[in-house]
Amino acid sequence: MCLNPMKHYEVTFIVDPVLQAEDIKAAAQTYIDMLKNKGCTIVNIEEMGLRQLAYAINKRHSGAYYCIEYTAETGGIIAEMELAMRRDDRVLRFLAITLDKYGVKYNDDKRKGLIGGKKAKADKARAEKAAEKAAEETLAAEKAAE
Amino acid sequence: MANKDDIKFLSNPKIGQNRKKYCRFRKFGIKHIDYKDAEFLLQFINEQGKILPRRITGNSLKYQRKVATAIKRARHLGLLPYVADMLK
Repeated sequence: MCLNPMKHYEVTFIVDPVLQAEDIKAAAQTYIDMLKNKGCTIVNIEEMGLRQLAYAINKRHSGAYYCIEYTAETGGIIAEMELAMRRDDRVLRFLAITLDKYGVKYNDDKRKGLIGGKKAKADKARAEKAAEKAAEETLAAEKAAE
Repeated sequence: MANKDDIKFLSNPKIGQNRKKYCRFRKFGIKHIDYKDAEFLLQFINEQGKILPRRITGNSLKYQRKVATAIKRARHLGLLPYVADMLK
């Protein structure tokens, strides 16, 4: 891992759910653009969707979660982004962390679907089976049409 | 006379034998604990939302620290409660 000088960072933030769907997306997009403008490479953007909060934050009981993983040469961008988020009314909470090599691997594996235990694997297998079935059905339908 | 095999145990003989605790992270080779996976972290907190001690979960010190950090991060993001009642 030492061969790669770029460090991986991850920022998770909660956007106010009262906003319109486009406004929520726009809020997330501002930070994505901000990172891109500063020369960071976005590795992954995870929209975790609208979730119930475990406790009220700013009198809101739910929030739209976003998680952005990115690489940057220096951590200078983090302070800048945190300041912007603190000043932004649309963002309820945020958390910026540095990922260690295991974290990077974990996120990589998660995207490939290796992590999640039996339940996730079963879900994946079911989805694949459903897709196969759908393909077969379309094939059958085509044959019937002929 | 009753044989040895005929003797029925009145209670489960396995009760009282304490199974050895182990660190699941070491055993299964889990290196990273995700703070976004609230359902997984739920295994390490009690129903009041407090972090369970090592003597109960059996985690090694290294991973107990990581679990604690992950739980605290999840709490900050509103994925887990700071205080709760009847969480489970």
